[in-house]
Amino acid sequence: MDQNIISIQNVTKRYPMGDREFTALKNINLEFKKGEFGGFVGPSGSGKTTLLNIIGSLDSPTEGKAIVMGKRISELSHKESALLRNLHIGFVFQVYNLLPIYTVYENVEFALLLQDNTKQERKKAVMEALEWVGLQDMADKKPSKLSGGEGQRVAIARAMVKRPQIVLADEPSANLDAKNAHGILQTMKQLNKELNTTFLFATHDEKVMEYLDRIIHLEDGQVAEDEIVTAKRTLTNSK
Amino acid sequence: MKLSLILAFRNLLGAGLRTWLNVGVLSFAFVVIIFYRGMIDGWNQQARRDSIAWEYGHGHLLHADYDPTDPFSVQDGHGILPRNQQQHLSPILLRQATVYPQGRMVPVVLKGIDVNQNTLAFPTRMLSGSTADIPAMVGTRMAKSLQLKQGEELLLRWRDKNGTFDAANITIAGIFDTDVSAVDNGQIWISIEKLWTMTNLQGHATFFVADGGYQPQEIDGWKFKSQKELLQSLDSIIQSKNIGGSIMYLLLLAIALLAIFDTQVLSIFRRQREIGTYISLGMTRWQVVGLFTTEGTMYSLLATIVGCIYGIPLLFFMANTGIAMPEATQDMGVSVAGTIYPVYGAGLIISTIVLVVISATIVSFLPARKIANMDPVNALKGKLQ
Repeated sequence: MDQNIISIQNVTKRYPMGDREFTALKNINLEFKKGEFGGFVGPSGSGKTTLLNIIGSLDSPTEGKAIVMGKRISELSHKESALLRNLHIGFVFQVYNLLPIYTVYENVEFALLLQDNTKQERKKAVMEALEWVGLQDMADKKPSKLSGGEGQRVAIARAMVKRPQIVLADEPSANLDAKNAHGILQTMKQLNKELNTTFLFATHDEKVMEYLDRIIHLEDGQVAEDEIVTAKRTLTNSK
Repeated sequence: MKLSLILAFRNLLGAGLRTWLNVGVLSFAFVVIIFYRGMIDGWNQQARRDSIAWEYGHGHLLHADYDPTDPFSVQDGHGILPRNQQQHLSPILLRQATVYPQGRMVPVVLKGIDVNQNTLAFPTRMLSGSTADIPAMVGTRMAKSLQLKQGEELLLRWRDKNGTFDAANITIAGIFDTDVSAVDNGQIWISIEKLWTMTNLQGHATFFVADGGYQPQEIDGWKFKSQKELLQSLDSIIQSKNIGGSIMYLLLLAIALLAIFDTQVLSIFRRQREIGTYISLGMTRWQVVGLFTTEGTMYSLLATIVGCIYGIPLLFFMANTGIAMPEATQDMGVSVAGTIYPVYGAGLIISTIVLVVISATIVSFLPARKIANMDPVNALKGKLQ
């Protein structure tokens, strides 16, 4: 857990908004090590999703450096950033973003189609990923036939199937009831432990925060507090 | 590319009715274009074949004073060609005359033809086999317009070479059926030897029809028009028909392509989240552009398959039974058979498929290229306008 895989250095992000500019992130400095289970917490507009998008190379900083897996995001071409996402980054979205006309199997398989895997390798990996999330019996179902919790599990399987180094989850529990939210968070926590995948969340959900080992509080685009909660939780539990 | 094909195929099948509506319209355009072009090609081939067989042979050697487009040149546009220069040539002599069927007076062109010729398809044995004093043959159109029947006698008045009027009864020895109205309407065919005698124009011809063995040469007082030159007017008529037809089928194709374009524009707007998801999963923007373009192209490929399923039996049936042409088209001045058999060549089918596939690819690419400039973050939120 001592290897830095994400380094955010003096990152500022500004968006044009009419005639003016809106500053979403102000001079952010953060480091993440491999295997962390952390999250950005804060109210709407605090910059959580923007930071997640920059780490996921879907966006780039206006100023500063965002280095992910040794690659500086703002210097990557479209092709290079696509390759980075394809090989090393998995996404879990609030609204799952499953491809509606594909089956569960095909949705999970999609990420592997972009890599040079054989059909047999893909099948093995997809079934393994579905087993992680407990949906191996639903491989032939279409997303429209799934409950919210099942849909989000498919999204997790799709993010995990290529065994990425980093999974970025943007409000993954926002559309789920408490039971399903705990279910998917337990699954992610387990995968984090088993595969040593780095999980980063953007959330304002208390249920998610319960599972995080590191919580970074964002306010108005700035880091208000960066707390390691694993130690506290261990201390509380031992008392 | 393989991935684009797999995904595009999945996406199209997944889109259900929308896909099949587009494919249906496009396949209809396909079949109609092939049918129409096959029809024009069939007509073209038939018209050329019949015009060569009945009128043009392998070319005409025309008297220098004779202009086929000027009826006044018939009077003096004739002459004698030395015997040794008549090899592979069959003489035709034209004279103006008048006939009087059922008390009416009808001006006609009297045409003398060698009864032993084999260059043109005229059944000249009708003339050689008749015992009548002046046996004549007419085409079905002429027979119909003058209400003539085989064996009927008809008063003919003509002028000899000195301009003196003469008249005699001719006998309709036979009625021939041809698709070439240019050798039928307003014409009466008799033996050229008889015509020479009647007009005192012994050995004269207005023009000669060449057979396949004729080698064109410069002959003073005569001009040679090759088969190709003679077919030029027919070619230009067919060309103009082709252009007219092209406008019709391009309009049809445009409607089908507009449906694809519209679907693509709507797709890109409606599937923003999907586009964002593709990019987040590791596709490059141009891969997504390629995917959407391939989807559009696959409409045309599916349309080819669907078009083949119902088009091949339909077009095969049409090619065998032919399309009956209305009677009015017989008087168009260009050879039109009573039934036209469409001809579907490999070139026609391949060029139509290529035209439709390329057009579909272009109209799919035009809206899809916008994806290259899409912000994936906004696409994921579905916020693009």
